[in-house]
Order: sequence, then C-alpha cells, then structure tokens
Amino acid sequence: MSSGEKYVAAAYLVVFAFVLVYVLIIGLKLQRLQRELAELAARARARRLEEEEPVERPEVTPVG
Amino acid sequence: MLVCAAVSLIFFWVPEDADQGFSQKIFYFHVPIAITAYACFGWGALKAFLHLWKRSPGADIESYVAIHLGVIFGALTLVTGSIWARASWGVWWTWSSKQLVLFLVLFLFYAAYFMLRFSVDPGPARANVSAVYALFGVVLVPISFLAIRLADDFIHPVVFDSNGPNMAGSMFFTFCVSLAAMLSLAGALYQTELAGKRLDATLRELREVLA
Repeated sequence: MSSGEKYVAAAYLVVFAFVLVYVLIIGLKLQRLQRELAELAARARARRLEEEEPVERPEVTPVG
Repeated sequence: MLVCAAVSLIFFWVPEDADQGFSQKIFYFHVPIAITAYACFGWGALKAFLHLWKRSPGADIESYVAIHLGVIFGALTLVTGSIWARASWGVWWTWSSKQLVLFLVLFLFYAAYFMLRFSVDPGPARANVSAVYALFGVVLVPISFLAIRLADDFIHPVVFDSNGPNMAGSMFFTFCVSLAAMLSLAGALYQTELAGKRLDATLRELREVLA
C-alpha cells in the first residue's frame, strides 16, 4: 500500500467511524426513550385501573 | 444508497488525478462534507431567525440540531482536510493559510455555541440567546467560503471558479453524487436526531403530568 493510499484509507475510515459513532449514540438514546415510554405507559395504565375500581360502600341494613 | 454509489464511483470508476495521484480521492468526501457543514450552519441560522422573528414553535430545537450536525461535519472537514494536507503538502496544518484558519475560527465559534446554550437555564432566554449567537456565526460562512477564492497564498486549491468546475466531466459527476450523498446523510441524521429530541420533550411533559 502506497502512502497516498494509506492517507485516503485513513480519511474515509475517519468519516465512516464518525458516522457510525453518531448513529450508535442516537440508537442508544432512542432505546432509552423507548424504555422511558414503556415505563410511563405502565404508570398511566396503573393510574387508570385505580380510577376505574368501584368504590366500596357499606351495606345499609333496614332498621325496625 | 447514495453514499455507497459515491464510494463505488470514487474507487472503481473515476480516474486518478494526473497531478496529485490517488490522494486526490479525498477531495470527493472532503469538499462535500465542508459544503454540508456550511449548509447545516446556514439552516441553523435560518431556523434561529424564524425563532426570533415569527416565534415558530420548534424552531429553536431545529436550529440547535442543525448546528450540532454542522459542528460534526465541520470536525470531519478539518480531519479529512488535515489528512489531505499531509498527503499533498507534507504538513498536517499550516497557520499561514487564511482559509484554513478561517474555517477553524468558524468551527470553534459554533463549538462555543453549546457552551453558551447550556450555561443558560432551559426556557425562552436560552432559546433567544442561542438564536442570536447562531445568527452572528452565519456571517462567517460566506467569509470562509470566499476566503478560499480571495486568498493570496494559493496553497488551498480552487476547483470551482467563475469559469465553472476545473475538472473532467467524470470527476464532476462523482463530486455531484458525493455532494448529494453527504447532504442526504445530513438530512437523514437531522430528522432522526430531531425526532429523538421531540420525543424526549414529549416524554418529559408526560412525566410531569403523571407525577
């Protein structure tokens, strides 16, 4: 490999490495957002269940 | 796909430069990356202007993402340019070349944008200060671009002048494909990062509602 070829390879590898690292960072961030979204969805579901539960009322017994 | 096409054309189709030989192939990525960096800074400034003028919702975050990408492409321009300089001129960097120093100033100016942005608390003040700074910085873009043409040291090659591109048709075609590839790549990364930022903001809002 000539020195010119080495420099060209280095330049192109740097570009692809930069893009790869950027895509990896974005990918990791999207994974974190997905986890947070799932957690919030679970919390919202739990809250709705709490709201839908019937309120227990004491039975009224007729007097007399 | 465009990036793959560009790489194929660069290494398997376009002829070697008679003067610089194989190392000239860096040109097909270096110049499109530099133009993409300028485009990102320009887009960021436009969004900053829209934020200040029309208070467009989301313009601040769009400006931030564009400048973020501009800094990444700017760093790549400096790195690939430095490698090309070493291959062609025998040095990694030369302070005597005005255009190189101007591009470095432009890059450092926009790198400082993040320090300024994150030193202000989130809110309208942060958005306004960042937008004004982004607008000031864009003035450096035409200066940096024209410096390559107006500089008197002639170290940095000038390929595009008033007579058009000074290269063979096949080289110009490859250059255009590479430019389209870089602009598309920047566009795709811009949309992806922007979607992430918007999702992040929505989730923060949702968390506050559910708290």
